[in-house]
Amino acid sequence: MSKQGTTGIMRWLKGFMLKHLYGMITCGQFEEFVQAYHDGELPDAQKRVFEWHLRICQECREYLAAYQRTIELGRIAFEASDETVPVEVPEGLVKAILDARRQ
Amino acid sequence: MHDDPSASNGDALKPVGLQDNVDAEKMVREHIGWMLALAERLLRDKALAEDAVQEAFINAFAGLAKFEGRSSLKTWLHRITVNSALAKLRQQQRANEQSLDQYQPEFDTQGCRIEPVWPSMTSMQEVLESDELQARVREQIDSLPTVSRIILQLRDIEGYSGNEVASILDISESNVRVRLHRARAALKKLLEPVLLGEISR
Repeated sequence: MSKQGTTGIMRWLKGFMLKHLYGMITCGQFEEFVQAYHDGELPDAQKRVFEWHLRICQECREYLAAYQRTIELGRIAFEASDETVPVEVPEGLVKAILDARRQ
Repeated sequence: MHDDPSASNGDALKPVGLQDNVDAEKMVREHIGWMLALAERLLRDKALAEDAVQEAFINAFAGLAKFEGRSSLKTWLHRITVNSALAKLRQQQRANEQSLDQYQPEFDTQGCRIEPVWPSMTSMQEVLESDELQARVREQIDSLPTVSRIILQLRDIEGYSGNEVASILDISESNVRVRLHRARAALKKLLEPVLLGEISR
């Protein structure tokens, strides 16, 4: 992943365009909406602006894809660890809980 | 948190009548396994998880009269277990609230994101099939500062809403959103070697 996306003058032009053209947001502004977008909390108007930026900006597309994959990996890693739920009921702990209840 | 329909099988809307010890034991045996797993996911420590579950059951028995059956018994116990585990964490004061700043995205002077192009990304299937990769992901989640880790786990893994997480942790919902995003962004940075397939499978 050493290769950069947009480089040089094109990158400068992109930054200028995103900053100054009506209806555009910068990558920094895009960043503020990533969580709400992923969690389905963005109102339609903001979602359209967010997705317009996504079409234009390769770096933010790459970032969002990795961000979303990260969340999925976290879920999988812990769901898989659910397999470590004890098969046998821990008798000692059950007894301790029931004893504590009787007190 | 959404109810797990498969788990409620009839216990929704019907509090277990704990008038006798048989009912209490039945409830403990039925739920103790997943409660231990949940507490261990949050506490990352088996002995502490057992303590938390014991306290969760004691709190549940004490509060059972107030359980109104608006959710399934499992959903209710889930929340009690989370609260009990968080109380344990606070007692332990294992706060390692170092800054996540170093793992946040970078931007150039024009405000453009600095992000490499990802030639390919490790697939979900590859992670599902690899204990090594799963362990690596859990390890990186464990390395997050405690509060950030708990917010990320409650929201993205345990399935609580932002509003519920705010209520559990007694912080504002906007605070949850900001910290959740920073935790996810940091985890993404920490997991780049996994995402890139640089870790052996």
